[in-house]
Amino acid sequence: MTSLPDICDVLIVGSGPAGLAAAARLGEAGLDVHLLERETVAGGIPRHCGHSPYGWREFRRVMGGQTYAKRLIARATSFGAHIHTAVSVTDLGRGGRVTVSSNCGLQTVQARAVLLATGARETPRAPRFIGGTKPGGVMNTGALQSLVYLNKERPFRKPVVLGSELVSVSAVLTCRHARAKPLAMIEANERPTTRRAATWLPRALGTPLLLSTQIEAIHGRTWVEGVTLTSGERRWNVECDGVVVTGAFRPENALLRTTELEVDPRTQGPVVDQYGRCSDPAYFAAGNLLRPVETAPWCWNEGRMVASAIISALAGGLPDPSLSEPVLAGYPGVAWHLPQRISPNSSAPALENVQIGLARSMAATVRYGQASANLRSKPARRILLPLPDGGVDLKFEETL
Amino acid sequence: MPESGQPISFDVTVIGAGVVGCAIARKYTLLGARVLLLEKAPDALDGASKANSAILHTGFDAPVGSIELSCIQEGYRQYEQIHAKLNLPLDRCGAMVLAWTAEQESRLPDLMEQARTNSVGDVALLSREQVLAREPELASTVRAGFIVPREALIDPWSAPHSYLSQALVNGATFRRNTEVLSGSFDGNAWMLETTTGPVHSTRVINAAGLYGDIVDQRLIGRSDFDIRPRKGQFVVFDKTAARLARHILLPVPTETTKGIVVCRTVWGNLLVGPTAEEQQDRINANLDSETLEMLREKATEILPALANEDVTTTYAGLRPACGDKEYHIRRHPENMITVGAIRSTGLSAALGIAEYIARLDETPWPPLPEPEWPAMPMLAEDQTRDWQTAGNGGILCHCERVTRREVEAAMSGPNAAQSLAGLKRRTRVTMGRCQGFYCSGALQEMTAKCLKPESTE
Repeated sequence: MTSLPDICDVLIVGSGPAGLAAAARLGEAGLDVHLLERETVAGGIPRHCGHSPYGWREFRRVMGGQTYAKRLIARATSFGAHIHTAVSVTDLGRGGRVTVSSNCGLQTVQARAVLLATGARETPRAPRFIGGTKPGGVMNTGALQSLVYLNKERPFRKPVVLGSELVSVSAVLTCRHARAKPLAMIEANERPTTRRAATWLPRALGTPLLLSTQIEAIHGRTWVEGVTLTSGERRWNVECDGVVVTGAFRPENALLRTTELEVDPRTQGPVVDQYGRCSDPAYFAAGNLLRPVETAPWCWNEGRMVASAIISALAGGLPDPSLSEPVLAGYPGVAWHLPQRISPNSSAPALENVQIGLARSMAATVRYGQASANLRSKPARRILLPLPDGGVDLKFEETL
Repeated sequence: MPESGQPISFDVTVIGAGVVGCAIARKYTLLGARVLLLEKAPDALDGASKANSAILHTGFDAPVGSIELSCIQEGYRQYEQIHAKLNLPLDRCGAMVLAWTAEQESRLPDLMEQARTNSVGDVALLSREQVLAREPELASTVRAGFIVPREALIDPWSAPHSYLSQALVNGATFRRNTEVLSGSFDGNAWMLETTTGPVHSTRVINAAGLYGDIVDQRLIGRSDFDIRPRKGQFVVFDKTAARLARHILLPVPTETTKGIVVCRTVWGNLLVGPTAEEQQDRINANLDSETLEMLREKATEILPALANEDVTTTYAGLRPACGDKEYHIRRHPENMITVGAIRSTGLSAALGIAEYIARLDETPWPPLPEPEWPAMPMLAEDQTRDWQTAGNGGILCHCERVTRREVEAAMSGPNAAQSLAGLKRRTRVTMGRCQGFYCSGALQEMTAKCLKPESTE
């Protein structure tokens, strides 16, 4: 690892798919790029995930998460990007002045542009207000994967998995890898969050999906001994030795919220324009920091696209951010949207669509300016609308 | 530990390494006694002391003329004296008692009078406008209040750990995983039977907290109090919420409870709680989602901006209360002192309780001439932390910014953590907003050799 410079062209915070993809492209453009990773090894979430499928879009090959992370690192490094691990960013100062903590104590780096790519994490048990005791053996998929794939641990034998997102399926596969058999996937809603087809695999592996069911309480003093489940009037106990609390991803925005950068309370990520540019134009963002939550290839592509925007910005090729106008989508049932602003443009956008997340199933016609689009979708699905030319208020007319 | 043969002889054996037991062990060590501290759990602070509201009280609302009041005030005075030497935080943020109804408002003068009777003379009445000027984020429905300027925030774990550490570096012995089963007093000294072998001790101090009455029964066959565990549930909001409250925000108390407090923590979070729920179980403090939801609602009524803040964690603790509202501190003829029913003020009063019982007792030993003062790791958010200094090994727990050097330090020395829970209390590792999403793997790798795995396997 080279030591951190005092100044550089671009500083990237976070070495997941978005950060690494951006590092490669910025390095390829001949810029002095430094990527900061707070863990001791770069790679982000894929590095923790031993199972397939990763890499098809990026490398035209299916591989496990760890191999995928290594390939992304190799590519970024080959283009001259410097990767620094065990370095934690502790402050994002105005104009790209970034403070970091490492074994060397505190240091400050002045970058011409900073790309925030800190990703997302799952919502842990506590904010979900699950009752009972607080024994060991309750963890997110993220923690489970690092224990199983990195540390080669076998944390439990018969856990239950809370959630029915794609990551919940990943949790089941991770359990199987650790020779643990999940007793059930538990979902509070009437239907699974991920596509029903995706729940076929866990069911085929003998893990039933319990819909309209909640974990009321977790039992056990030092380690999980069981859970109390409820479904309507019914309440029953299940003996288990672990609880994997999955999904409900949220941008890892802790750093952001202590700065002057504007945060969108709905995405919980930074407010950005179509170039991924934040309220301080020295800062850009890409990947799952922008919203909950997209796939690795999506974040990888977003990292590349925003990197291209940064290249333009450093060459003076982006429109004046002070002229940007808001994009609004205040309709009930729309959970979030981005970009939140549009800068009057000439050059190609990094975010090529308006991305929308729904809080409930909806069929609607969306009108804005001269354009209109139809959508029919459920929560936790990718919804893309054409990008408008300027500030707009997206009007939703439900068509049920 | 000697499992057989002649047991080592101690001057004083303290049963229970909660905050009170740790303070007593420290006191007797500094007084020159050979002290043994016994703890049933794998680590200190594993019972009532593991969960509280982390406030150093002035005693303004304590029962007039009570032992509790004098111990709280002596405890406060001593904490002020020693905190800098032990590197312990003390945030003198002050408290405000707030009235939200006309009835509550009418009771403020009596509460202020009680404070003055308790020698807390610096309380001052505040109008609605004055309250809101000091706490602009409060709901505007507040009617009035009074301020208690010296109420303060401390670290509920580094304080007792420092008492324990100071005892240990000055010669005390700490034996964990040791439950006292029975004992006999021969007129001069005690022979205790424990799960890790016999203990010979001239005197015994029962500071067993939630098991105080049981230990009394086991040793002297009687107890003048019955522990009735009273559960308190808490909700902790993320660090970004801490800016919403400067003071400790207290309600007007009712007959049965002091009510729900909203306050910052020295670690920079915002805390809401506790409830007061009587139960039989002395071990488990169960959370329930309805109560947690109620706490969040209650907190949002007080500070509306909390509606946009995230919950970092939830916890529940047990207070070692009994049927009445007084401490049960008794000197028994069998060279034994019981420190029982230290209900909810143990953290504030511990140093005062230690002083009080040392005065009850004869202490024939020459006090330590120059005791050592170990400096505790500083975890308070407004102080310089390890992550800001060189050689820290890098940050391991990112949410709480706990360094590898801090984790290593907490797993070494005479008061080394031996359980994950103990490590958390010493370092705050995994206690932040992600609750271990990011660092569980790396932490597990670091601690595998040092901590007892918390598995039933």
